[in-house]
Amino acid sequence: MSFLTYLINGLSLGSIYAIIALGYTMVYGIAKMLNFAHGDFIMVGCYIIFSVSAAMSGNSVVGIIVAIILCTLLGVTTEFVAYRPLRGAASPLAVLITAIGVSYLLENIALLIYGADIKSFSSVISWEGLSFADGQLKIQGVTIITILVSVVILIALQLFINKTKQGQAMLAASEDKGAATLMGINVNRTIALTFAIGSALAAIAGALLCSAYPSLSPYTGAMPGIKAFVAAVLGGIGSIPGAMIGGLVLGIVEILSKTYISSQLSDAIVFGILVVVLLVKPTGILGKVIQEKV
Amino acid sequence: MKKFNKVVSTVMASALAMAMLAGCGDGAAQSAGSGSGSFKIGAIGPLTGAAAAYGNAVVNGAQIAVDEINAAGGINGYQIEYKGEDDELNAEKSVNAYNSLKDWGMQVLVGSTTSACSIAVSENTKADNMFQLTPSGSAEDCVKYDNVFRVCFSDPNQGIASAQYISDHNLATKVGIIYDNSDVYSSGIYQKFVEESAGKNYEVVSAEAYTQDNNTDFSVQLQKAKDAGADLVFLPIYYSDAALILTQANTMGYAPTFFGVDGMDGILTVENFDTSLAEGLMLLTPFAADATDDLTVNFVKKYKEKYGETPNQFAADAYDAVFIIKAAMEKANVTPDMSVSDICDAVKGAMVQIEASGLTSAKMTWAASGEPNKEPKAVVIKGGVYVSAE
Repeated sequence: MSFLTYLINGLSLGSIYAIIALGYTMVYGIAKMLNFAHGDFIMVGCYIIFSVSAAMSGNSVVGIIVAIILCTLLGVTTEFVAYRPLRGAASPLAVLITAIGVSYLLENIALLIYGADIKSFSSVISWEGLSFADGQLKIQGVTIITILVSVVILIALQLFINKTKQGQAMLAASEDKGAATLMGINVNRTIALTFAIGSALAAIAGALLCSAYPSLSPYTGAMPGIKAFVAAVLGGIGSIPGAMIGGLVLGIVEILSKTYISSQLSDAIVFGILVVVLLVKPTGILGKVIQEKV
Repeated sequence: MKKFNKVVSTVMASALAMAMLAGCGDGAAQSAGSGSGSFKIGAIGPLTGAAAAYGNAVVNGAQIAVDEINAAGGINGYQIEYKGEDDELNAEKSVNAYNSLKDWGMQVLVGSTTSACSIAVSENTKADNMFQLTPSGSAEDCVKYDNVFRVCFSDPNQGIASAQYISDHNLATKVGIIYDNSDVYSSGIYQKFVEESAGKNYEVVSAEAYTQDNNTDFSVQLQKAKDAGADLVFLPIYYSDAALILTQANTMGYAPTFFGVDGMDGILTVENFDTSLAEGLMLLTPFAADATDDLTVNFVKKYKEKYGETPNQFAADAYDAVFIIKAAMEKANVTPDMSVSDICDAVKGAMVQIEASGLTSAKMTWAASGEPNKEPKAVVIKGGVYVSAE
């Protein structure tokens, strides 16, 4: 019974990683850049929910909606101000370093506004959850909702990409920007849309992350951001189902290795698995090898 | 880090030499002027950041003591000038804070508030031979130099005292432990607690670690303690992580007695934290604000008037620290025109001779190692405030 509890905890943690990883993987797939500030978008989302909920006397629904809107704006603005001008730069390192800069900028702005004191985050989900086998197996509401939300997001994204014009434009841009432009696709707008979706997902991930682990500080997004990046690479960066699988694997491995091996070594094991997977299959679990045609 | 410290101490030593040269000029100017002087006491603690509750308590508590001493005529007839600096719970920033206090003219240091910062600063006070009294730096290494003393228990003593307290008061039969393996404070207490627990009337059934990179999800550690049937969970950690543990235990439906040490002090100040979750939480602390002796009542009243909060143990430690310094300075009969190094030598000699009574304990004495000798006490949280556990 306790194994089931651990497994469900792992699924829940993995679902949060998966939602964050989706943001990483979409941006990488289409813009071919790693948005290291993604984890900090999560933190920004959490603070917005925290502040709006406090102002609205605990109404978190409004908080989540405001957070999604503002995070979307933040993502698009960041892309426009910091990343777009560098897209043609000689070295792809320029935009990578800029992303790290944006990450520190956001963390320090949060430090300035809210201070480094941790804040206790009130869960946005008030549902108690389910209890099985006379209370021996208890699944929290936030766990169930996190798993459901991640599945819904995955399906919605898959439909969006495969069934809509905008989604097809994204696919085209991810394969060949030059050709996509020639086909009449506005690549800049497509990339902006990708950032908008990724950032909105960050806000949702933030709401779920802080509901499950209710402490909020300017560094809240940093570690989950890195783990989610690992999840995206593990699943095959650029692949949406890959991000989902990578996230779930990572979450479950982390919790189970904490339980059965060592609570101190879990991070080492998680990152060790990344190394092994990359050695065996360098493109990740679901990654595609794109052959250069000469 | 050792190498770095060596470089720092070399730099500090040369800085000191220069300061002394500069000091000659100052002294001449001063004796030509008023002829009187004042003692300059500095304090360091995290005034912002994750442990802000401690740093502010230390700086404010010491301020009240300084005000009282000044109102009553000062030390050996000299007034005290006092200044507190922020270190944000960061060892390097703590050294910066120390340097800026030294520039200001500090002669005796009350600080740093936390262990790691205190150890970092002690490298510099040792090089400068400045007397340092840390109110709450509890790691063993905090007092490794002979110029450093402390007011609080050391970590080993907290681990040992916790084990004795739990055993003496029959608080548990099965004990679980959750500790921070990446923190010297937490793992130090944990080790001594486990050693001391051997042969006690309870059994340690689970001991789970976490690190600062992994301090959001405690479901596994709590579940293990629960599965092992622990009816008391010992948390030798800081309050910010503990707040999260209490919240997660509550959502799991696990309600053992939680028992913390001085790092737990401050849990009631976490913003937006549901303090009802901390109901029944016990912590080892030498100070309870609801005690009815005159000294405590008076101190709590003044602190509330001035800072609008109930003082915690850190405030009491710092308050005592200033009075301990006063007692030692009077015993050694030092004056403000003495050099920092002469004051240090005189005061550390006096420390082992004095017997001080204060908020945190009656009849505290010190060994030359810097360790205090005093009685452990515990408090329990009831209705959102600390009350004596006795």
